[in-house]
Amino acid sequence: MNVGVGLPTTTPGADRELLLEWARRAEDGPFSTLAVLDRVAYDSYEPFTALSAAAAVTEKTRLATMVAIGPLRTSGMLAKLAGSLAALCGNRLTLGLAVGARVDDFEAAGTQTRGRGHRLSEQLAFLRSDWEGSPIGPAAADRKGLELLVGGGAGAAFARMARYADGYAHGGGPPRAFARAAAAARAAWSDMGRPGEPRLWGQGYFALGDEERGGDYLRDYYAFTGPFAEKIAAANLTSARAIKDFIRGYEDEGCDELILLPTVSDIGQLDRLAEVLASR
Amino acid sequence: MKISIIGAGPGGLYFGILMKKLDPAHQIEVFERNPHDATFGWGVVFSEETLGALRDADYESYIDITDTFARWDAIEIYHRGTPVRSRGHAFSAISRKKLLALLQRRCRGLGVDLHFEHEVDDLQAFADSDLVVAADGVNSLFRSRHADVLRPSVSDRASKFVWFGTDLVFDAFTFIFKETEHGLFKAHAYPFDAELSTFIVECNDDVWERAGLDQLDEQETLRFCEELYADQLGGHRLLSNRSIWMSFANVSNQSWHDGNVVILGDAAHTAHYSIGSGTKLAMEDSIALTNGFVRHRDVESALVDYELERQPVVERFQEAANDSATYFENVRHYAGFDPIQFAFNLLTRSGRIGYANLSLRDPAFVRELDSWFAADSDGGGKRRIAPPPMFARMPVGDRVIENRVVLSPPLSEGAREGIPTERRAEELLRAAGSGAGLVLTDAVAVSEAGRITPECPMLENERHAQGWAGIVERIHADAEALIGVQLNHAGRRGATRPRSLGADLPLDSEQSWPLLSASALAYVPNGQVPKEMDEDDIELVRAQFATAARNAVEAGFDLVELNLAHGYLLASFLSPLTNQREDRYGGSLENRIAFPLEVVETVRSVLDEEIPLAVRMPGSDWSRRGNGVKEAVLIAAALAEHGCRLIDITAGQTIADGRPEYGRSYLTGLADRVRSEAGVPTLVGGYITTADEVNTAVGAGRSDLCMLECSALEGGPRIE
Repeated sequence: MNVGVGLPTTTPGADRELLLEWARRAEDGPFSTLAVLDRVAYDSYEPFTALSAAAAVTEKTRLATMVAIGPLRTSGMLAKLAGSLAALCGNRLTLGLAVGARVDDFEAAGTQTRGRGHRLSEQLAFLRSDWEGSPIGPAAADRKGLELLVGGGAGAAFARMARYADGYAHGGGPPRAFARAAAAARAAWSDMGRPGEPRLWGQGYFALGDEERGGDYLRDYYAFTGPFAEKIAAANLTSARAIKDFIRGYEDEGCDELILLPTVSDIGQLDRLAEVLASR
Repeated sequence: MKISIIGAGPGGLYFGILMKKLDPAHQIEVFERNPHDATFGWGVVFSEETLGALRDADYESYIDITDTFARWDAIEIYHRGTPVRSRGHAFSAISRKKLLALLQRRCRGLGVDLHFEHEVDDLQAFADSDLVVAADGVNSLFRSRHADVLRPSVSDRASKFVWFGTDLVFDAFTFIFKETEHGLFKAHAYPFDAELSTFIVECNDDVWERAGLDQLDEQETLRFCEELYADQLGGHRLLSNRSIWMSFANVSNQSWHDGNVVILGDAAHTAHYSIGSGTKLAMEDSIALTNGFVRHRDVESALVDYELERQPVVERFQEAANDSATYFENVRHYAGFDPIQFAFNLLTRSGRIGYANLSLRDPAFVRELDSWFAADSDGGGKRRIAPPPMFARMPVGDRVIENRVVLSPPLSEGAREGIPTERRAEELLRAAGSGAGLVLTDAVAVSEAGRITPECPMLENERHAQGWAGIVERIHADAEALIGVQLNHAGRRGATRPRSLGADLPLDSEQSWPLLSASALAYVPNGQVPKEMDEDDIELVRAQFATAARNAVEAGFDLVELNLAHGYLLASFLSPLTNQREDRYGGSLENRIAFPLEVVETVRSVLDEEIPLAVRMPGSDWSRRGNGVKEAVLIAAALAEHGCRLIDITAGQTIADGRPEYGRSYLTGLADRVRSEAGVPTLVGGYITTADEVNTAVGAGRSDLCMLECSALEGGPRIE
């Protein structure tokens, strides 16, 4: 299993210096991937823009949206953004997509939440077939090689993943929650007659030091979920041991790529995480 | 800390005990609307696991509980008058009244204040409490007051039950099934001390109404049930304690706390009595909630901890409880089962016990099951040494499948000009040599226009038949497995790219071909709109299936399966979602099934009597306004009438935007319904990956054959 790290694009106080330094050091560290989240109505960076900046200061680390809310954008613009980023980073992009859960993001973007599942299916169909024959470049983007993931917990999301994507992006939780989703993803894959097995990506939040700040951020970021925000904050991984147990748990359940997302805008967080991974 | 507990049931009292033990400085009060000695219901059951938790949490009350309780390890099932007993299921139960008395005593001893006959309706009374615990039961006042945050869901099941006591002391957890002129009645009975047992009687709503039970008062209800179970009661009496007919309410809550108010026990969740007691769950809640306060000082963190710890466990338990409750509501369909299989089906109803687990608990029971199953499969005599159900033979028509495992290697590489590549042929040979009883090919197109992708194998002409004959010959020479072919016409899901990058990706126009379907509706938004089939197309496709079947016979296949599933051509006629025709092939289910049945009849008449015909069909469209399992039962029965020997159950993909229900063994429940209600032999796949799942599903009569995931046979321990 590979372990990647989130780029702190949604944590309070993240600025240009932090994001670029974070990307540079992640490239030197034991991380397979740099991943970003997607929100509009929040103090955060747009995912494709942020990953473009990371692309400019890295050479080998994979770049991933984990996940981008597809239906906030039209299919054509989504292809344009993903294609441009893929070309700029030398086709290191993994495009994770889901329907999104926050009404305020859709309102802020001026798009409809209604029918977003159907729109995501259309976008995936476009990215996987019609894009090829369309004038939407750049030509330097490897459209066929673009790795696609789909997230979401409903049966329709698993079917969409199996129909159009290369793998599944899990939304977070303890290893046993991942295990259930992984079984559903594999079942959907087989049901759809896809050869081989789906790639399985997982994620979890961490704060090594400054856990109060990390908790405050998670409560704020997930305030829209009501009482669920406290549970997410309580599950934040705040010790080396918790992180190692989490990694082992995901590895045991067949996760291919686990992304650890920061909750504090501090470069020291990345260094401490690298130390934990090195001592694993 | 000032703690107010509303409700002096076992959960509320036990939490008082544990928190007082954690810190005697806590000021704890319990408020109960009823008198201290009022109680409803009879005995409550604990599992070994729960007893262990109670022992660790408070040894003193544990000693009191184990002093008076009843303990046993058998489950006895009366079906068609024959009792079948299974051992190794450790249970214990205690009188609810005694449990409450001893918990009250323990509370008082520790200094927890108990207030009885104290109605609580004003939540303001607890404004100065640091923690308010609402253990106020299934009709919780606090749950409704805090509904905006807790977001409860409450729904009644479609059956009625009544909770009696009896002075007959059972020596097992006893299930008694009783057929009457009104329908099936079920009793759940178990002892809880040296004198008494609990005796719950249950029936479905329609049976309850037909029997006129809505008209009976408490005494008349008791007499009705005494008479019904006179045989088993043998002169003993039923005892009423405000025992009236009720519907079981399923309760769940998204959140279990709001500020410093937390819900516990039945207020937070219920789980059907057929797999355990609510009391057990409530007392486990109390332990988890107390542990939250061991780990955290502040109330909010402790309550979050309690939810994180307990909610996933309770959700799993509720899923199993729902499966169990649904089993009892549908159990009438298993009336024809032999007692041993009926019992195994009951024991494995909730998924918590399977074949492997029962082999450890009760080896003698499993030996009897194996022995009965093998004899029933072979039609021979019973032997004491018999293979597990997975390895019992299965007759299909005039053929015999050596065991119950089916493999169908997924479509990859495919075919060149309709003939499988060598790699594909080797995959089939490998599957046939794996030990499986039957190997089925993936979709083989009946015509060029019926292909899913350009790499689809075909059986359209003599050349294809010859190509397949070579492969079938190699399989027959090398392996014991039978080899079946799945004949398909892709319909509106045709002309797509190979599935390495995705499914239903349309081919470029220069490679594509025109599609046919029941109605002119594209499968995916960017897909080709098919032509609505006219009478000529219908005649042509039927003839193509007939030719393909003839070619299958010539190629030497042992079984032919027609694909009426997954939104392909024949499936498009079945579902109202995809069939909008106004001719004799559209409208009612009878009309929608007409063309598929014509194809079945045509193929049946082509096939040699020796070659059995199977049909793959959906157990559900998994879509609103689509076919559900009720329609599937009717379709399966019609197919069987037309000579189909095996129903291969799948589901969904009728339309691209369905709502599938994926997970482990996700199709077994549908296969079970179709098999028991339509009375047809079934094959089921649905992400089955272990021998235990096969033995359990086949042994319990939920399906006759299981399709194992090919990927489950890869990997294994590394042996240096």
